[in-house]
Amino acid sequence: MDVEEILEGIEAKKRTYLARAISLVEDGSPLGREVVARAFKSKKNAKVLGITGAPGVGKSTLVDGLIGKLRERGGSVGVIAVDPSSPFTGGAILGDRVRMRSRTLDEGVFFRSLATRGHLGGLSRHTAEVIVLMDAFGFDYIVVETVGVGQSEVDVMKYAHSVVVVLAPGLGDDIQAIKAGILEIGDVLCVNKADLPGAERTRKELEMMLGLKEFEGWKPPVVETIASSGEGLDRLLESVLQHQDYLVASGLLEKKVRESHHAVLVEYVKRETLDKIMEKAESDGTLDRILRDLVEGAGDPESGARALVEKYFGTTI
Amino acid sequence: MSRTIRVLVGKPGLDGHDRGAKVIARAYRDAGMEVIYSGLHRTPEELARMAVEEDVDVVALSILSGAHATLLPKVVDCLKKEKGSDQLDVLILAGGIIPAEDVAFLKEHGIDEVFGPGTSTEEIVQYTRTHLKREIA
Repeated sequence: MDVEEILEGIEAKKRTYLARAISLVEDGSPLGREVVARAFKSKKNAKVLGITGAPGVGKSTLVDGLIGKLRERGGSVGVIAVDPSSPFTGGAILGDRVRMRSRTLDEGVFFRSLATRGHLGGLSRHTAEVIVLMDAFGFDYIVVETVGVGQSEVDVMKYAHSVVVVLAPGLGDDIQAIKAGILEIGDVLCVNKADLPGAERTRKELEMMLGLKEFEGWKPPVVETIASSGEGLDRLLESVLQHQDYLVASGLLEKKVRESHHAVLVEYVKRETLDKIMEKAESDGTLDRILRDLVEGAGDPESGARALVEKYFGTTI
Repeated sequence: MSRTIRVLVGKPGLDGHDRGAKVIARAYRDAGMEVIYSGLHRTPEELARMAVEEDVDVVALSILSGAHATLLPKVVDCLKKEKGSDQLDVLILAGGIIPAEDVAFLKEHGIDEVFGPGTSTEEIVQYTRTHLKREIA
């Protein structure tokens, strides 16, 4: 397979080509990078929705339901579902398909499971590139489901236009609700499993939290859902789509898109500099020498880092 | 740099027993592979679609219902259809309760290997590593 063949395959909406392109990107192959660089120009500006929240709150079931709702409205959907890789073996169990029951054979849906492969932040390292590929394929919506997150894995806000933070009753008190981090990135807050005891309290605490802050333009709504029965999904989707409209009308969408390009650019610059320096330093023994100095107390990290940059760039920038 | 091997562990048909599938999934994970688990009660069409979208190197089918002679060749046929090719680049394995006299039939119909009860997970992982149909380097 070469670049042209893959791009033509994606253009012709052949899912085998999209699937293979994603693998190439995930494996960091030069061919994959070339495909993404070219696909970037044929993006069609899909709406990107992020779904995040703690493990077990019902993200996958909710995504399954949302896909159905988006399809009923005639939109096609690309789904990216991320699960964690083992820090020891690099292996992973990607289980999001287990909950994705209803639309497996729907021609308007493409579902891909990704492993984090050591990337922190709630997404896989190449999520941004996979979004570009799915966008070039022509999906109207791209739904990104993060790993089950704790309090500070907020990468999804870099790439999704609208973020739904999913909570379930009974996972914390009102102090949890005013902490910084995950709750702050929600454009829509969703209390799932709303049939469980404590849902009312969770909703009130969230509303109290939101009441402590002045919002300009958009105040995140709190929506109750029961993903397993589909209850509340229409209202959830309605809120998300209202947020999308708001982004367009307020001009914030442009700002968000710019910010996400910025984040990707930073990653690429790191890859072209940091990663290459470390690779070279490792292969020619420089890294080993510097580390030995550090262990023996003969050097310090500050000077070591400067020496590395100077050695491979010829100058400290 | 070698790439990460991806495996679909699939449960075709009306068979509610997935302890074996989970053990295999775990063994592949511990061997450094990425395992997509299909969940229970999947049709051959669904499993083929998953294998394509997830771009897996291996489809490992677990079946204890006795319907293997019907369902497993169907998975192979569906996968050929999805991929638009008779030459599959995916290793297709089966495990579970499959009588020895059925193995030859399954192999004639596109199943690359069949593992019965008592097979060690090491053996299955080792077989998988050495029989991949796509380059991993």
